[in-house]
Amino acid sequence: MKNYILKRFLQLIPVLLGITFLSFAMMRIAGSDAITELYADKGAVAQEIIDAKRAELGLDKPFLVQYGAWLFGLITGNMGTSYVSGKDVFGTFVSKLPATLLLAFLSVLVTVLVSVPLGIISAVRHDRIADYLIRFLSFIGNSMPNFLVALLLMRLLAIRLKWLPVISNGTGLKSAVMPTLTLAIAMSAKYVRQVRAAVLDELNRDYVIGMRSRGIREGVILKNSVLRSSLLTIITLLAISIGSLLGGTAIVESIFMWDGVGKLAVDAITMRDYPLVQAYVVWMAVIYVAVNLVTDLLYHALDPRIRLGEEKR
Amino acid sequence: MSEVTVRVQKIKKDTVRTRLLIFGVIALLLLLASIFSEHLVPCDPYLQDLANAKAAPSAAHWFGTDRYGRDMLSRVIIGSRVSIFGALLLVCIVTLIGTAVGILSGWCSGKVDTVLMRMADIFLAFPGLVFAMAVAGVLGGGLQNAIIALAAVTWPKYARIARSQTLSVKELPFIKAAKLAGCGTLQIITRHILPNIIGSILVTAMLDIGTMMMELAGLSFLGLGAKPPAAEWGSMVSDARSLLTSAPWVVLAPGGAIFISVMVFNLLGDSVRDYADPKMRGR
Repeated sequence: MKNYILKRFLQLIPVLLGITFLSFAMMRIAGSDAITELYADKGAVAQEIIDAKRAELGLDKPFLVQYGAWLFGLITGNMGTSYVSGKDVFGTFVSKLPATLLLAFLSVLVTVLVSVPLGIISAVRHDRIADYLIRFLSFIGNSMPNFLVALLLMRLLAIRLKWLPVISNGTGLKSAVMPTLTLAIAMSAKYVRQVRAAVLDELNRDYVIGMRSRGIREGVILKNSVLRSSLLTIITLLAISIGSLLGGTAIVESIFMWDGVGKLAVDAITMRDYPLVQAYVVWMAVIYVAVNLVTDLLYHALDPRIRLGEEKR
Repeated sequence: MSEVTVRVQKIKKDTVRTRLLIFGVIALLLLLASIFSEHLVPCDPYLQDLANAKAAPSAAHWFGTDRYGRDMLSRVIIGSRVSIFGALLLVCIVTLIGTAVGILSGWCSGKVDTVLMRMADIFLAFPGLVFAMAVAGVLGGGLQNAIIALAAVTWPKYARIARSQTLSVKELPFIKAAKLAGCGTLQIITRHILPNIIGSILVTAMLDIGTMMMELAGLSFLGLGAKPPAAEWGSMVSDARSLLTSAPWVVLAPGGAIFISVMVFNLLGDSVRDYADPKMRGR
């Protein structure tokens, strides 16, 4: 297990380098650096001034040296200043991160609470009315883009029923209801199907038939054996869907004016505030990689087949 | 007993085929409508009529009019060009690139394989839409750039499928036989490997059309895809956000159009998968 953890951490290094390199290179492809942005609205500026500023910021150095410097800054939390507000990029990003993480956490929570029971019901009662109904709903949810879900919720809960404020004020729980629901609906629609498939897979195994033939009650089989063995798949699939959740937060946050990094990024992209976009892309990827790593380790720690196999070797 | 099972299987196969046919025809009609949308519109989709702005759905304007009095039905029809045709184009591009890279990677193995697959890993390490947003933003929005951005995020998935399929086919005896018979590498790949692996790739592609449609609309919604006044469903919904209270049909018409088209293509994708692999039914 220790070896495995070490190996996984070592494997991370090239991926992290790749992520940072790609994010850095992308902003260069945009053909814009701090200088062009700095002097964009100042009219003609003498070449000497530009060159001096370039040297001061280290922009006259070769590409890889610049990347190295940027990477060092990334690790030490110095990601430059925003082109638009002039504020520290890393500080701005970190100050908005909790709101997004809260939203992501709430959506995952709602998703699990809704789709795990529904998925199990759907699998146990497969090809009956409950199953058809759940699959139908999941299908509808899968075909709706999240911005449409958001606007429909807004129309229903805020405008028609007047239960909630249309636009969130701050990041209170009442404002969190609609963004959370939007993200959770999209995520549950996919996840319910996967939970159902995982449980159904397990229910069709030979040992289940064996247990049934020995007269063990269906509920006991389900609780003690089937759910236990499909739990791992369920956890893994949840972690995979976090990727689309992180992307979805951007759209949902900007619709509901939720003050998180997603909205920050969308605003930054519209205003071509590249350092902020860079910070967003890099850190979102790092979070995603970290989530995947934790899931992988958890999977290894929880699955006796893998765990014991490792120890024997 | 066995006769009954065979008959049940036959019936199931038949319903799958019927489903495939029905959704295939509907999807084809949608595609044709999107290609010939210019000839289908009842009014000029860009003609403004401010006196008749935000009119509710009526016999003259089935889906009502937007804030500039433009006919929503015509705009929805014209918008299908970008949304449906654009998504299909995107899926084609991604399938081509991904398959080419995957076959190359699986066939060459060794260093080429390692480099290509590490690249794929890096692209896969980004949460999809986050990366697509950044790429589209850097490239400056516009439909073409939105398609490039989504292609950049999606190709690794296809490359991985194509690679693993190539690896499993590569060592089979008939490939060795083809080599012995003097076939060139290109011929082996196009005549012997591609036909054997294309099935699962096409199924994945069919299942992805709906998702691609939604993501393309999502980028446009954020202002990173087709730009107004060009009619595109995502940007039309985004543009109409503020009218949610006063003229909900301006949101519902393009929103409903996305929903229905995604649903049709998802149903088609599911049918194709069930047809290709009966074991996956109802998953």
